[in-house]
Amino acid sequence: MTSLLAGLQLGVVGEVGEGFVKERSGETLPCQAHPSHLFCWNWAAENLHRYGTPTLQQFELVIISVLVGFVIAFALALVAHRYHLLQWPLLAGTGVLFAIPSVAFFLLLLPMTGRGRETAIIALSAYTLQIIYRNVMSGLANVPESAKDAARGMGLTDRQILWKVELPLAVPEIIGGLRIATVSTVAIATLAVFAHAGGLGTQIYSEANLTFPTAIILAGGIAILMALAFDTAFLFVQRLATPWRRAAETAA
Amino acid sequence: MSAALFTHPLFAGFTGAFEFIFSKQDSSVTGGKKVGGIEQVLELAWTQVEVSVLALAVALLIALPLGLYFGHKGAGELLAVGLGNAGRAVPELALIAFVAAMIGVGIVPLTGALAVLGIPPILTNTFVGVRQVDRAAVDAARGIGMTELETMRKVELPLAVPSIMTGVRGATVNIVATATIAPLVGVVTLGDFILGENVYGVDGVVAGAICTAILALLFEFALAGLQRRLTSKGLRLQAR
Repeated sequence: MTSLLAGLQLGVVGEVGEGFVKERSGETLPCQAHPSHLFCWNWAAENLHRYGTPTLQQFELVIISVLVGFVIAFALALVAHRYHLLQWPLLAGTGVLFAIPSVAFFLLLLPMTGRGRETAIIALSAYTLQIIYRNVMSGLANVPESAKDAARGMGLTDRQILWKVELPLAVPEIIGGLRIATVSTVAIATLAVFAHAGGLGTQIYSEANLTFPTAIILAGGIAILMALAFDTAFLFVQRLATPWRRAAETAA
Repeated sequence: MSAALFTHPLFAGFTGAFEFIFSKQDSSVTGGKKVGGIEQVLELAWTQVEVSVLALAVALLIALPLGLYFGHKGAGELLAVGLGNAGRAVPELALIAFVAAMIGVGIVPLTGALAVLGIPPILTNTFVGVRQVDRAAVDAARGIGMTELETMRKVELPLAVPSIMTGVRGATVNIVATATIAPLVGVVTLGDFILGENVYGVDGVVAGAICTAILALLFEFALAGLQRRLTSKGLRLQAR
């Protein structure tokens, strides 16, 4: 199979064959013996099964981290919505957690939680807090005053207004925050290999693969596809969760 | 309070790390050469600052004019916003490893890779910031005889500063974080302590994590301060 990608190889002398590169000397070497060869389709097809477990591990890391991050950030946002004085300290606090590089965060936890999945999940969910908190807050802030007035006029209590008017109207922005948080977490979870928490990073950060583009592209490609899948899923959920928007679209 | 705090079991694991930061340690694999100590920490930290600032500068040079131009023209929204979204999905480890394997090691490939991470957030936020500028303000600028370039520089750019700085801060977080794994591309930053457990020991790993976190926070605080200085007085009043 002559592929488009194989045609892009940088500076390899010789022609591309069935997963092999033919040297001018006549010697035939397996594709992976050439570090400068961009993508070995044969190797990829034969070794795809190796990526199953790391993909699942990464998927789990992302789901759990975003879920934990969402529960905490959502609770913080509700507290800050009620007690305005806490808005700034919470924004600053989550901002500090957001700014700490995840690799450093994993190993800052080393003396306390050791290495492993829990450590990675703590750091990854801490990273999502700011993104989700910020979006929930701005979603609540953008609810039109008139909607709240109308609710008050109908006799709803503050609590009812929050759950029946403000939060539903903030759903698009809340899901927007979840989308950003999830897509970023998929990318960063690749670094969980440094916390010994598995994931697709294991297929990149290893002695054999660090100089082997095919393995890197495959792992990176799966991570990007996973991010894309999450993004699309959230778009779908967003549409389901805001039926009034669809009603407005059909009316218009 | 300090003595009691450091002997608390929860923090006991950090004492060795602090010793590593402030005084040189023996290493089993460097042939008697000592590792750690404040000099080496500062040297590696400085390298990380250098590559991060360099990459940020390259990203700004590319993304800022493009964002301003497309925002001013009001064209390419799908591209500008889509790029921002796509940029978030790029796995940093895969990018760095790919650059090392395909292009090679050194400061130039590293700067390129880090700049790639910095461009999307800056471009997208600049574009969005310029688009959000009140069209009446732009009309007024044209009305008093400003050229297109003057309108961009004196009206749209200052009004877009808060949004641009959001992008710059996002880019910086990602660049500084990814510069931690720069040793994979042969540039020795603070990440070398973190990735080189066999050389520096567990204390070195934790020390590297502490220093990297502090460095990232210094960047964050510096940019927050810069944002306050760059935002024009009128806008600051409005925010209150």
